Amino acid sequence: MPSPQFHSPETVEQASALLAANPQARVLAGGTDLIVQLRSRRIAPTAIVDIKRIAGMSGIRAADGGFAIGAATPCTALKDDKALAAAWPGVVEAANLIGSVQVRNRATMAGNLCNASPAADSVPALVAAGATVLIAGPSGQREVPAAEVTSGPGKNTLAHGEFVVEIRLPARPQGGGDAYLRSIPRTEMDIAVVGAGAALVLDASGTCTSARISIGAVAPTVLLVEAAGAALVGSKLDDAALERMAEAVRVAAKPIADKRGTVEYRIAMAGVLAKRVVEIARQRAEKA
Amino acid sequence: MGKMMISATINGDAQQFLCDPAATLLDALRDELGLTGSKEGCGSGDCGACTVVLDGQMVCSCLVLAAEAEGRKIATIEGVAEGSELHPVQRKFLEKGALQCGFCTPGFIVASKALLDHNPDPSEHEVRYWLAGNLCRCTGYDKIVRAVLDAAAELRQETTTQRVSA
Amino acid sequence: MNAPQDKASFKPAYDVVGTRPVRPDGVEKVTGKAIYGTDHVAAGMLHGAILRSPHPHARIRSIDTRKAEALPGVKAVVTGADFPSLASLEVSLGEGSGNIAAISRNCMAHEKVLYDGHAVAAVAATSAVIAEEAAALIEVEYEVLPHVLTIDEALAPGAPVLHEDMFTKGLPEKPAEPSNAALCFTVGRGEPDAAIAAAHTVVSGRYSALAVHQGYIEPHACVASYNADGQVQVWASSQGAFMIRTLCASILGISQADIRVTPLEIGGGFGGKTKVYLEPVAIVLSRKSGRPVRLAMSRADVFRASGPAPGVVADITVGADADGTITGVVMEFKMLSGANPGNDTHSGAMSALAHYNVANCRVTGWDVLCNTAATAAYRAPGAPQTIFPVECCIDEIAQKLGLDPIDIRLKNAARPGDVGIMGMPAGEIGYAECLEAAKAHPHYSAPLGPNQGRGIAGGTWGNYGGPSTATVNLGEDGSVLVTTGSPDIGGSRAAMAMMAAETLEIAYEQVRVTIADTSSIGFSMLTGGSRTTFATGKAVILACEEIIATLRARAAVMWSIDVSQTEWRGGAVHCLSGDKAGTSLTMGQIAAKAGFSGGPIAAEVALNAQGFLPGFGVHICDTEVDPETGHVSVTRYTVVQDVGTAIHPDYVEGQMQGGAAQGIGWALNEGYVYDKAGRMDNPGFLDYRMPVCSDLPMIDTVMVEKPNPAHPFGVKGVGEVPIVPPLGAVANAVSRAIGLRVHDLPLTPDRVYAAMQGKS
Repeated sequence: MPSPQFHSPETVEQASALLAANPQARVLAGGTDLIVQLRSRRIAPTAIVDIKRIAGMSGIRAADGGFAIGAATPCTALKDDKALAAAWPGVVEAANLIGSVQVRNRATMAGNLCNASPAADSVPALVAAGATVLIAGPSGQREVPAAEVTSGPGKNTLAHGEFVVEIRLPARPQGGGDAYLRSIPRTEMDIAVVGAGAALVLDASGTCTSARISIGAVAPTVLLVEAAGAALVGSKLDDAALERMAEAVRVAAKPIADKRGTVEYRIAMAGVLAKRVVEIARQRAEKA
Repeated sequence: MGKMMISATINGDAQQFLCDPAATLLDALRDELGLTGSKEGCGSGDCGACTVVLDGQMVCSCLVLAAEAEGRKIATIEGVAEGSELHPVQRKFLEKGALQCGFCTPGFIVASKALLDHNPDPSEHEVRYWLAGNLCRCTGYDKIVRAVLDAAAELRQETTTQRVSA
Repeated sequence: MNAPQDKASFKPAYDVVGTRPVRPDGVEKVTGKAIYGTDHVAAGMLHGAILRSPHPHARIRSIDTRKAEALPGVKAVVTGADFPSLASLEVSLGEGSGNIAAISRNCMAHEKVLYDGHAVAAVAATSAVIAEEAAALIEVEYEVLPHVLTIDEALAPGAPVLHEDMFTKGLPEKPAEPSNAALCFTVGRGEPDAAIAAAHTVVSGRYSALAVHQGYIEPHACVASYNADGQVQVWASSQGAFMIRTLCASILGISQADIRVTPLEIGGGFGGKTKVYLEPVAIVLSRKSGRPVRLAMSRADVFRASGPAPGVVADITVGADADGTITGVVMEFKMLSGANPGNDTHSGAMSALAHYNVANCRVTGWDVLCNTAATAAYRAPGAPQTIFPVECCIDEIAQKLGLDPIDIRLKNAARPGDVGIMGMPAGEIGYAECLEAAKAHPHYSAPLGPNQGRGIAGGTWGNYGGPSTATVNLGEDGSVLVTTGSPDIGGSRAAMAMMAAETLEIAYEQVRVTIADTSSIGFSMLTGGSRTTFATGKAVILACEEIIATLRARAAVMWSIDVSQTEWRGGAVHCLSGDKAGTSLTMGQIAAKAGFSGGPIAAEVALNAQGFLPGFGVHICDTEVDPETGHVSVTRYTVVQDVGTAIHPDYVEGQMQGGAAQGIGWALNEGYVYDKAGRMDNPGFLDYRMPVCSDLPMIDTVMVEKPNPAHPFGVKGVGEVPIVPPLGAVANAVSRAIGLRVHDLPLTPDRVYAAMQGKS
């Protein structure tokens, strides 16, 4: 196996050209998935394109009232951005459940998304929050909803030559709140057995006017469970509405049994976690 | 692709080394630079024995390509002591019996120092979650957590003393 | 009660023993200078790689190494054909015995592979990358055979048999057919069936635990260098350099004098580094290439191909009187030992009831083989698996009879003089004192919150003594150099220096300790069996006593008096008669003139340490169970242990805390998981879930110091006992938190949740 080429382009166009020129090239951002796969010989790229030296690729900026997060921004940097952490605490917390501090100092949400693990922690939170993803490629740039970036375990929808440039979060709505929780056997350093995200909007009376509920690790991709959100809209998040929401989540969950959990457990936990994240999101919405 | 020549600042010294493009920073530190204090316990970022500080942030050096280090600053366990003067974290590990086999110790010390550089007064809970990426199989963590809390207290004392004397 | 109520006010009867000095190897280990397995570099060294079987059971039809050999940079390729074909031969290895032919075939498969990860070929090349690439070019043609992974599969009629020449040992008659049951071993006494039939209260159950790994953070690694004259050097990280010498010499037919093994620092072992995996392979690669060769395991290799501890299934019935006296126990357990016969069945059977006085009992153990990695020792090997069911049953009896869980254990506790099931009276053992100390500990009476439960469990381990050698040399300035052959796995250099300083009545800092290679010190059994501070320590103490005798004799020469007119006191020889009466000579003064009084001052003691005593522990565990998810968190944990005399209390407490943490991991989350193809499904730290720092609370310790009369300072072994009680302590705590018993470990959230659902 010959050694790969190592490139560190300084512009999006250079990176895109390098990726377009070599179908076996792989993007390196935080490297916490890529390097593990490289070392275990699961992948053998002939070129590695490090995007961290592209200007603007690391960091968070205000955009359209919301936030634009550079694709190479490590998860811990999200926590340090007070405005982002205040607006989308669920997203920031989800990204900061991945691995350890050491890992989160490198790992990026864009990488978490493109690696396309059904159990990726930041993805349900991004999906619930209605995040979009800016993708650059040989034919220019396009923006897609976060949920559309993955198509199955380990599979993303990026075309040849494309890479994620930016993740965009909208402005936090008036009366909005989000949250993410996962179930793991330990307290840290685990892959989610089940994950659940919620983003709610409550009006002044406490009535839910919008709800997006997402679940992870219970299907080939992260799911946005529209029926679960619909079960909450118009309610004051009373027990009956929460139970209808949880039931919609359980119905939507189509997990597999593996070393990390049984089918029955995953389905049940999807419901439990969904209720818990809605409660946290509600508290946040009420404070907003 | 042949080997790459990388220039980086390692423990304050400008260094150059050769690396394969697929080699990790841990490989380069250990094999090219002879800095074997950083250990490989897993090669997948799950044990923290290879923890180093890269441009001010602690990372697993097994999850960094050596080629990425170009122009960057790296601090390893070998640079924690100042000459023959141990850092308070190192001293407290010894005084509290916070190591048994000692293999995870360099990673724990680099990570603990990084914590105290960020947060001079961590709670036990904060210490435990900060160090969750560092596995120790010998100690059950008790004496490690105590050593870090003690080192934090001593460092705060030093800071206070300096402020008073200044 | 011997336990100090107040640690601060507890004053040991010694000057150095019982204090907490910085370990002599400490600075090297906190600065990254210490040299572990993969840190050692030999001049001209090659890097090795091992090709491992992807099949759990297969016959090797052929191995074609030509493509690997043709790869530039490859200097040697070896297979099973490069190893001598050995007859079956049992050798004693300290923690159990081993069969040389089986050990050799475990290092490198010959005709069959027996588990996923079994080594089938190895390469040495100029770089690790080339070696790995070459290994991948080796073509092995396998005839895949059906495999067995569980006890039921292994013992099923018509099951594929791993070893066609293996007939169950220990049965009244040799079986007609070979099977996967290597051994049946029974211990007991009295009339257990009748006692249970007549008992007031009877509990029974089937308990299980999964195979677990020792989980040391340092993967196995070594460097071997074979010279043209047949002399070999090996640098390795292991629990016993002499063990490596013995095994490599036997496997490869080399004289022991021609193998010099240098122990490097060892990054954890817990019993898992008491066997050879890489060293014989590295020697053969070095012999073939003519250059030193390093071999190192990856983390996945460690999980797949080193030796985990066996899983167990145990059926147990316990009968008791109305007052809680245990009248009868019948237990039959099966240990899943992996690809070769294990050692845990004997020790597990003998340990199961060793902390109680049970008049009527029968414990039967089966050693069962399957297509998983051959198991190795893990801290008190066999005892956690067999004591876990016993401690759960005692807890259930206590609940049924409305008894305090410590009181019922006190009622049945083994005490000094009691005759155990092996027919031997117990020595100065301290189980009852541990139970009393646990009962008096504030943790035991602290209130519990909602969804919390408190579990108690006891446990024991026999410990060991055995052969050790120590030398003590004096520098010309009187400083003291202690040399042993016992690898320091967790601070034993400090203990050796402290015992030497205490014996010589000098300062701790005056003593330095070296762990020597096998050509520089006499035979010493490996560091294991909780033996080192006891046995090697005893050798150090006796050598220091010889030094004192020598110093008195030299002083007598210098003073021209009879040695009887000298006295050793405060690290100096005092003159009792003649014109120098009342004066003294320090070690430095005598050593400086040693050339005039008889030559260098040195002593060597080689002994086989007897009189070791078992250790006992009692653990108190609080758990909180999330009623909606089944997550178990350990909220408070206390370890009480009879430690004999604690030489260095920090490292004794550290053993107690570390053993408890490993046991908690075994109870809650750890375990080997295989896929349907028989491949290990979790060979990494991500999915083999050992406790991380945020999973555990502080682990409180109470050292009950009941000295061992057979050791000059009262040492008992401390390292292994603390992994024994946690399985029962955690399980009992969870059962009290959720109001029902989960019999199978680990107590993962899905399993606890399913149990709670079943109840409601």
